[in-house]
Amino acid sequence: MTTPGPIAAERGKDGRLHLRVLSGLTPDLKPNKDGSPWYARTFRITSIRIATQAFFFALFVFLLWVTWLSRLGGYPASLFLEMDPLVGFATALSTHTVYRWLWRGMFILIPTLLLGRVFCNWVCPYGTLHQFIGWVFNIRSNKNLIDKNRYKPLFQLKYVILTIMLVMAFFGSLQIGLLDPICLLVRTFTVAVAPAFDISLAQTFPSLAFKPGLQEPRIFAEAWFVGALIIGLVGANLVIPRFFCRVLCPLGAFLGWFSRFALFRIDRDVTKCTDCDLCLKGCEGAADPQAALRKSECFVCFNCIDDCPEGALSFKLTPAPIKDRIVGSIKAGTATLFGQKVISKLHDTEIRSPDLPRRRWLFSAIAGVLAFPFLRLSRAVNKRGFNEKAIRPPGSVAEAEFLERCIKCDQCVNVCPTNVLQPATLAESGLEGLWTPVMDFSVGFCQLNCTLCSEVCPTGAIQKISLAEKLGLEKFKERGPIRVGTAFFDQGRCLPWAMQTPCVVCEEVCPVTPKAIGTYDETITRWDGVQVTLNKPYMRPELCIGCGICERECPVVDSAAVYVTAIGETRSDDRTLLLKGPKRA
Amino acid sequence: MNDDRRRFLKQAGLAAGVAVGAGWASLAPSNWPLSLRDPDGERGKPGRRSLVLPKNGYAVEASSLLPHLGVSRGVDVDLLVKAAVGAIGGIGRFVQPRDVVLIKPNVAFERAAALGATTNPDVLAALIRLVRSAGASEVRVADNPIESPESCFARSGIRTAAIEAGARVFTPHPSDFSVLETPGATHIARWPFFWRPFVGVTKVIGVAPVKDHNLCRASMTTKNWYGLLGGRRNQFHQDIHGIIADLALMLRPTFVVLDGTRVLFRSGPTGGSLADVKLGGTLVASTDSLAADAYGWSELLERRDEALPAYFAKSAERGLGITDWKTLRVKEEQVA
Repeated sequence: MTTPGPIAAERGKDGRLHLRVLSGLTPDLKPNKDGSPWYARTFRITSIRIATQAFFFALFVFLLWVTWLSRLGGYPASLFLEMDPLVGFATALSTHTVYRWLWRGMFILIPTLLLGRVFCNWVCPYGTLHQFIGWVFNIRSNKNLIDKNRYKPLFQLKYVILTIMLVMAFFGSLQIGLLDPICLLVRTFTVAVAPAFDISLAQTFPSLAFKPGLQEPRIFAEAWFVGALIIGLVGANLVIPRFFCRVLCPLGAFLGWFSRFALFRIDRDVTKCTDCDLCLKGCEGAADPQAALRKSECFVCFNCIDDCPEGALSFKLTPAPIKDRIVGSIKAGTATLFGQKVISKLHDTEIRSPDLPRRRWLFSAIAGVLAFPFLRLSRAVNKRGFNEKAIRPPGSVAEAEFLERCIKCDQCVNVCPTNVLQPATLAESGLEGLWTPVMDFSVGFCQLNCTLCSEVCPTGAIQKISLAEKLGLEKFKERGPIRVGTAFFDQGRCLPWAMQTPCVVCEEVCPVTPKAIGTYDETITRWDGVQVTLNKPYMRPELCIGCGICERECPVVDSAAVYVTAIGETRSDDRTLLLKGPKRA
Repeated sequence: MNDDRRRFLKQAGLAAGVAVGAGWASLAPSNWPLSLRDPDGERGKPGRRSLVLPKNGYAVEASSLLPHLGVSRGVDVDLLVKAAVGAIGGIGRFVQPRDVVLIKPNVAFERAAALGATTNPDVLAALIRLVRSAGASEVRVADNPIESPESCFARSGIRTAAIEAGARVFTPHPSDFSVLETPGATHIARWPFFWRPFVGVTKVIGVAPVKDHNLCRASMTTKNWYGLLGGRRNQFHQDIHGIIADLALMLRPTFVVLDGTRVLFRSGPTGGSLADVKLGGTLVASTDSLAADAYGWSELLERRDEALPAYFAKSAERGLGITDWKTLRVKEEQVA
């Protein structure tokens, strides 16, 4: 009856003619063997989980995508950062306050206390990315997967990282953002992924661009490193599945520590479990569901329940420990539990707290205590030795407080319409301030009527300021405008000063009124005898706010003849310039 | 045996194919198809593709009967625009049905409209409505601002006004620029030009505010074309008057509207304080941007006692307009 070839007509058992290619699509609505209805095959809890993950990943990208001037619309642009409980907790340690929206950390903390680390495998966009990449590029056999998903002592490392970072936060140096998955992913999108998308795919679909309406593609200091980091971390999934989540993630460690209190957990019925280890095949967290479940490692992905052929695993409210209730000898095979024969050889069902020995907690804490002075006494961020190019965006708190607050998420860099905000490199602010925002006026300038960075900052490193506060209007008149630095002329490079050539672009673009750049007008006889009127520019430091548009627009583009440094900034009293100059409010 | 021979022939054939392919690409004379050969490095140089605007630009036929300048005074922007354009022949003289019209406002800075550093969005909207009423199939609004385009178009109110009045807004993207040839120009004979909005355009109208300028002393409809250029514009200040004369040569508009509803009489071109702005309540329309600007210089900036900035004479020398507006026919009208 069958004919060769990919598409062929076939007479089925019902006597009708079927196209063979379509027969696979015929829905099979028979109930399962165990009597459950057909849809239990499709609408499993893991399918709901995948849909949830897709939703949160899409929401994450969408919120970054709308973080842009032309898409202003009252979106909670920094929602994921605000509901990251590690951000809330660590900034509470360093500042003793919970800034603006950081109470949203409760959105994650409460589910964790109920259900365990559900965040990691249901919400976290970075976790979703790792899982997805691991799935797409998986080449392992099931046997190999089972082996790769066993718990390893290496997974303790994340608790060491978390402890070091929290101890440092306590002393006033906030470093969680280096590895916190939300900060890391926001930064990676801002600095590497979005610009790469915008110069490639978005060329075909301009309205999809992350940053539409730009004359030039956005550039970022050391973007290659941020890009290489995500390729490396995501690529590590091919060696150890969920490498970042299991080994490095401080947020995972934080939630893992809290998940000891979780009311629900995966429970193994030792009277059904045959120790086949199939539950390890898809175990995302390497939480040992085949033995004693490590609550701190379990991502609550439910793959184990899905994969268990015996129906021995379930998600239960406060399951009782059964170890002491087993009667008889497991070795001899005579053990029973409540009268039922115990099949599994492993009678432990739960390990509550993280597997980090007490001495290693202690070591990590000491490392954190030492790391603080090591970083703070580096010259770049010290009060006595600051980098003149560490120019912070308007609204920033003074440097010491800034380092207590900034999580290096680069959401401010993301929203900045002129690209002036850049992730700091080691050169500007050392390791302690790596990826914190600084302004580079060779790239952009601080738009006068813009306070977007202060709007999106989740932690108040850049305090939310109004336009009146930035410009020193209305009730801020007496205090004057916020200054981020002061501009200087390099007369040796300035065209009118050094080259008998008219210019003064700087004066033209100076946005304050009256202008902070004035000119000495002078008519000279040039070297070739031609009469030339030169407007030699000078600064009026009382008026300069350090916006840097003069540096950005200076025609001496490689090293501008007018340039801004951080001196004169109003956020601290350490870098004032003029005796009569404005003092910090 | 047969199998071995076949395998040998296949492998040898592949090797020979690769050798011939590589040899062809690298050694075949450069005019042969698929050859990559570049014996003297000339082929590897970037192409010098460039554009030219239509001869005579976008001007309509001159008329000796109609007034040279149309001046309207009043408050209602629709009436103002209609009266000023009406004085020089009405919109029907300039825009025919199915024309694609580009309107170039000045959106250079991120300033609220009231600060006078940008074109009044109400005037722009009224002009768009007038052009649409003449049957234009499409009206476009484009500018390449000094500050970030999105911010400038948003803060000045130009984007909203233009879209609400039914125009398409073009902000600059990297791929929107192409080198434009302007024969006879001193500095910008070849310069990157904001080309994308010009594709298919049949008429070009400039609408610029009246502003003081720190370097060229006054920025009006002629300097307004600055916003059509890209590239290293910050070099222009080394001979700003020469550049403005080049701009006048580069773009011959259908007509221009000098927006004197507000006058930024000092601290230009950026302004930033309401104290720098006075209300002018005046529009000037003309096919001659120099004449319109000269009128603005003496009547709106009220600098009639000072000599005109040098770019007027430089442009007039090239026959691009008439600077002595008093010798011209001016039709003035007061509207509501």
